[in-house]
Amino acid sequence: MRKLYSALKYASIAALMISLVALMAVVAYVLINGVEKLSLNFVFGEYHPDAPTLLPALIGTLELVAIAAIIAVPIGVASAVFLVEYTRNKGTLVKIIQVATETLAGIPSIVYGLFGYLIFVVAFGWGYSIIGGGITLAIMILPTIVRSTQESLLSVQEGLREGAYALGTSKVRTIFKIVLPSAAGGIVTAVILAIGRVISESAVLILTIGMVVNKVPESLMAPGTSLALDIYYFANHGRPDEAAAAAVVLLVLVVLLNLLAGWVGKLIKKSTYGEAK
Amino acid sequence: MRGVFLFSAVFSIIALVTITVFLFASGVPFIAKTGFTKFLFGSDWIPLADTPSYGIFPMIVASLYVTALSVVIGIGIGLFTAIALYRFCPRRLVAPIRQMINLLAGIPSVIYGLFGMTVIVPFIRDYISPSGVGYGILSASLVLGVMILPTIVSVSLDALTGVPNTYYEGALALGASKEQATFKIMLPAAKSGMLAGVVLAIGRAIGETMAVIMVIGGSPEMPESLFQSVRTLTANIAMGAMESSGDTLAALIATGVVLFVFTLILNISFSVLKRDKSDKHTEKKRKWGTKK
Repeated sequence: MRKLYSALKYASIAALMISLVALMAVVAYVLINGVEKLSLNFVFGEYHPDAPTLLPALIGTLELVAIAAIIAVPIGVASAVFLVEYTRNKGTLVKIIQVATETLAGIPSIVYGLFGYLIFVVAFGWGYSIIGGGITLAIMILPTIVRSTQESLLSVQEGLREGAYALGTSKVRTIFKIVLPSAAGGIVTAVILAIGRVISESAVLILTIGMVVNKVPESLMAPGTSLALDIYYFANHGRPDEAAAAAVVLLVLVVLLNLLAGWVGKLIKKSTYGEAK
Repeated sequence: MRGVFLFSAVFSIIALVTITVFLFASGVPFIAKTGFTKFLFGSDWIPLADTPSYGIFPMIVASLYVTALSVVIGIGIGLFTAIALYRFCPRRLVAPIRQMINLLAGIPSVIYGLFGMTVIVPFIRDYISPSGVGYGILSASLVLGVMILPTIVSVSLDALTGVPNTYYEGALALGASKEQATFKIMLPAAKSGMLAGVVLAIGRAIGETMAVIMVIGGSPEMPESLFQSVRTLTANIAMGAMESSGDTLAALIATGVVLFVFTLILNISFSVLKRDKSDKHTEKKRKWGTKK
């Protein structure tokens, strides 16, 4: 029997190696094939059919992030404030909202895309548009923001709230001046991670923003593209090197956002609690 | 102010209801018109013919195959990886590896798709496939299997580290070897947490679109081999929507409804599992009086 278990031990070490190699292979492939194609002109230059660039995608991605964040962050944070500060996370309504956000979080992104297509492209008659994609993405990231904000609010010490009330501060003022600033680290981290999801998403966008890769969108109502969508487009149109280069840019952004999330979280924690300790 | 907060909170419900109503209102009548069994179990998807036929059974089968195979690959490797990280890996390597895996979890799925399309598909076509086709269920499952690895590793590792260390020490004290204690004591104790990770992984695999459409081929045919161009439910929606109108659109929405119902079932089983787990923990506390 002991032999079997030490065999299992070596199997698990082998599995660890396989995992690391497989995951690193994806990154290495992208870097090796993408980096040589990268140039300032490829990223920021004017789009030309023979020399495609990422400029339309960069602008499209920025606009999508802005729209999604402007909609999802206030609603998500306010929603969490209601759940934690006004209902103490108990009651039927809270349960229903909890189930709703959990269900929303589990819906596959292509179904969000289908919904966005139905409502913005067809029902509203906007056609493919950046704003339609942005709103759909906002709904998609909402559950994540609600949940993480809820957690940050719950971790705010009860004493802070009671202290504020004892000084005669109103509930709303306590929320804005005491509770939210104390939870800011967690909330900002959550928002940054949600932005990471927005820039990684592509299934929603093929159905909502139209994948127009060769033109900087004139307005938010115009169709456009995003970095992630460009990768799909280039890969499907016989330009794997351009796809890899776009993937490098996207990877760098995602990694930077992840690092930023960790760093900001720590920084805000320090500035809020630093002096007291 | 309370009203503003309340409205925001209710927004999630409104969003969910709107999505559900929109999908079902356009999808269910179509399913009814086509015939429930004809739609779900029909094997011909020919939307552009003179007498179009909308059967999504091949896509359901392909989705199930791809999900099952990728989850087997992902779990087989991911679970053992978590165990290795938990016990058999030099202590000071664990934190950096963990951090790296968390970072890798953030790689966008379209990049996995690109890797699959340019590396895995040609490799399978040239060296493995008997039919000379690289696209298909095997490629998609490999790509998805790697893609869900980070999720499975971190959930399983969390479950393992959540088991009280006294279990491990107790087993050692009774004469078990380190390996026996890990595989016979810790692993079963972390079972329910790991099961939640499995359900999570299934949900991601069945709902993934981009990584799949880049390696699956896309022909709406009944899967008969691992090396054959097929279509999953998600691929059907994505590929169809880019070139469709009228009745085809309704058929795609109906496909979305089926996918939606699949994920709902998964969600429900996930929350049941989670509830099970928390019940067990409190029960344990009562029984043994262990303090965390």
